[in-house]
Amino acid sequence: MTGPGPAPGPAAGPESGTLLEVDHLTVRLRVEGRSRPVLRDVSLRIGPGEAVGLVGESGSGKSMTARAIGRLLPEGAAAEGAIRFQGGDVAALTGSDLRRYRSQVAMIFQDPRAHINPVRRIGDFMTEALRTNLGVRPAEAARRAVEMLAQVGIEDGERRLRQYPHQLSGGLLQRVMIAAALLTGPRLLLADEPTTALDVTTQAEVMAILDDLRRELHLGMLFITHDLELAAAICDRTAVMYAGQIVEVRASARLHDDPLHPYTAALAAARPDITRVAPRLRAIPGRPLSAFEAPDGQCAFAPRCAYAQDACRETAPGMAELDGGLSRCLRASELRGKLAEPEAADA
Amino acid sequence: MGAAALIADADVRPPGTGVLGRLRATGPAGLASAGVIVIAMFAALFGSLLAPYSPVLTNLSLAWVGPVGGHLLGFDGQGRDVLSRLLAGATTSMLGPLAVVILAMTAGALLAVVAAWRRGAADAVISSGLDILFAFPGILLAVLAAAVFGAGLLAAAIALAVAYTPYVARVLRGAALKERGQPYVAALEVQGVSAPGICLRHLVPNMLPLIIAQATIMFGWAMVDLAAISFLGLGVQPPNPDWGVMIAENQTGIQQGYPLPALAAGICIVVVVVAFNVLGERLFAEVDR
Repeated sequence: MTGPGPAPGPAAGPESGTLLEVDHLTVRLRVEGRSRPVLRDVSLRIGPGEAVGLVGESGSGKSMTARAIGRLLPEGAAAEGAIRFQGGDVAALTGSDLRRYRSQVAMIFQDPRAHINPVRRIGDFMTEALRTNLGVRPAEAARRAVEMLAQVGIEDGERRLRQYPHQLSGGLLQRVMIAAALLTGPRLLLADEPTTALDVTTQAEVMAILDDLRRELHLGMLFITHDLELAAAICDRTAVMYAGQIVEVRASARLHDDPLHPYTAALAAARPDITRVAPRLRAIPGRPLSAFEAPDGQCAFAPRCAYAQDACRETAPGMAELDGGLSRCLRASELRGKLAEPEAADA
Repeated sequence: MGAAALIADADVRPPGTGVLGRLRATGPAGLASAGVIVIAMFAALFGSLLAPYSPVLTNLSLAWVGPVGGHLLGFDGQGRDVLSRLLAGATTSMLGPLAVVILAMTAGALLAVVAAWRRGAADAVISSGLDILFAFPGILLAVLAAAVFGAGLLAAAIALAVAYTPYVARVLRGAALKERGQPYVAALEVQGVSAPGICLRHLVPNMLPLIIAQATIMFGWAMVDLAAISFLGLGVQPPNPDWGVMIAENQTGIQQGYPLPALAAGICIVVVVVAFNVLGERLFAEVDR
């Protein structure tokens, strides 16, 4: 078990106050009869109107974090630690309190086609939560849906409401999903790779709409992606996950040029630079570990880290504050400023 | 908005859905079966009005008289008009199984959806409860119900519904579990839609083709079982007309060389049951496709 890190780091958001606070969250799943951790000691906070990126490789626990916040953990999952929304404990919510919480926290999923009932009309999908959870009349709900569709750039909303999901393209459907998420007047958006299933030009369009609306409505957002650059462009702060742990939290503007954790540096270096001809891609050696494979009592990234020393394999580092960010690296202060050009990673 | 131009404008339902579309897809045999069922249902609703003579008026001087003018199927052992009894008997013979199917499907779907939604302990309790119920044959339960509540159609129908519920629940639980795991359900949950709302408006409607197909096959079973119960004297009570009762009353006629009254009722049961089974199998094949 990793040592307890310091409480959520220094306020770096555009505004003080806390909308969502994830406090030392550990989630275990039963796999083949054994309880295995998928999230380990995850702490995160999002202020009102603040966008926080969550970046990591597949299996690093990004989506599981969002699912834990949305109370969508799979059957048999055991969670330790706390998730607080506007100060209230999320795990304790039941019945109508849980539904009210869920209308405050909207989720946008990666694959809109799978997340909309294929045999119901777009209008049914968009207005269902309004009608059944918030008691809005059908005609009023439809009017709001059309308005919201216009806000996400869909002009002929009334016709769209009568259509079925298979009649809409992926990009259009993702915009419908965003509009539906915003309809209940949420304070926090959980965007789980909202553009990964879309082609590149549509991605940019959808991202721009999401970003504009978020700023306009002053929503907090947890933006999950495996694209470090995208997270940096959209978010105020970015958290980097590896093997079910957050290894670095940093203001997005400084993440790329001044990383605090060797993993972040390696991730940034692995992305090909389109302005230079590179002889080969700088891949991180080894393969990404799942959270439940990560060894106890040592740094999870140590086996792949170019800077690992014996100490890294003997103690599990906690989160340490450094230069306005947080890093889960024993040598973080020692390596300050040396990580941006990871020559050693080529070895 | 370039994407909009690429999208079909027509406001159509996905192909191959809708009641008529599915029915058409079952082919000529399916359509013929549907026709038989419609006729039988018509007889069930209006049979007593259509019957040319009283179905209960006895005239012993006409006992076992064969078909004569105005009496197409002749008379039974007590001199009652067989055609009139068949038409009037359609009511209990058809509505009895209908009640069984509605009760069993409702209870089964409810248990299935609750088990699939709650999973864990609720699922374990429901599933093992169903396993226990599986051990009781429907007829045995009906005999038991008759012993406790007295013979009659209502007790028999409820007993059969209880006996059929595990079959329904077992099949639908699988379908509900599969539907429960669909991402759109998680999306609805996180929107704050209530669990009963998701179940009633999304889970059950998306399982409806399977429910209808299963109800159709189950109707055939229920009809045979109810007729058997009436034959045993535990269901519809003579002299009320019912196809099962008619077979029981007229079985002596088979030995005496007058098979027509018993045979006519038997043929009605066979034709309707076959029609329901053919249609049910075809619908199942459509759902699986």
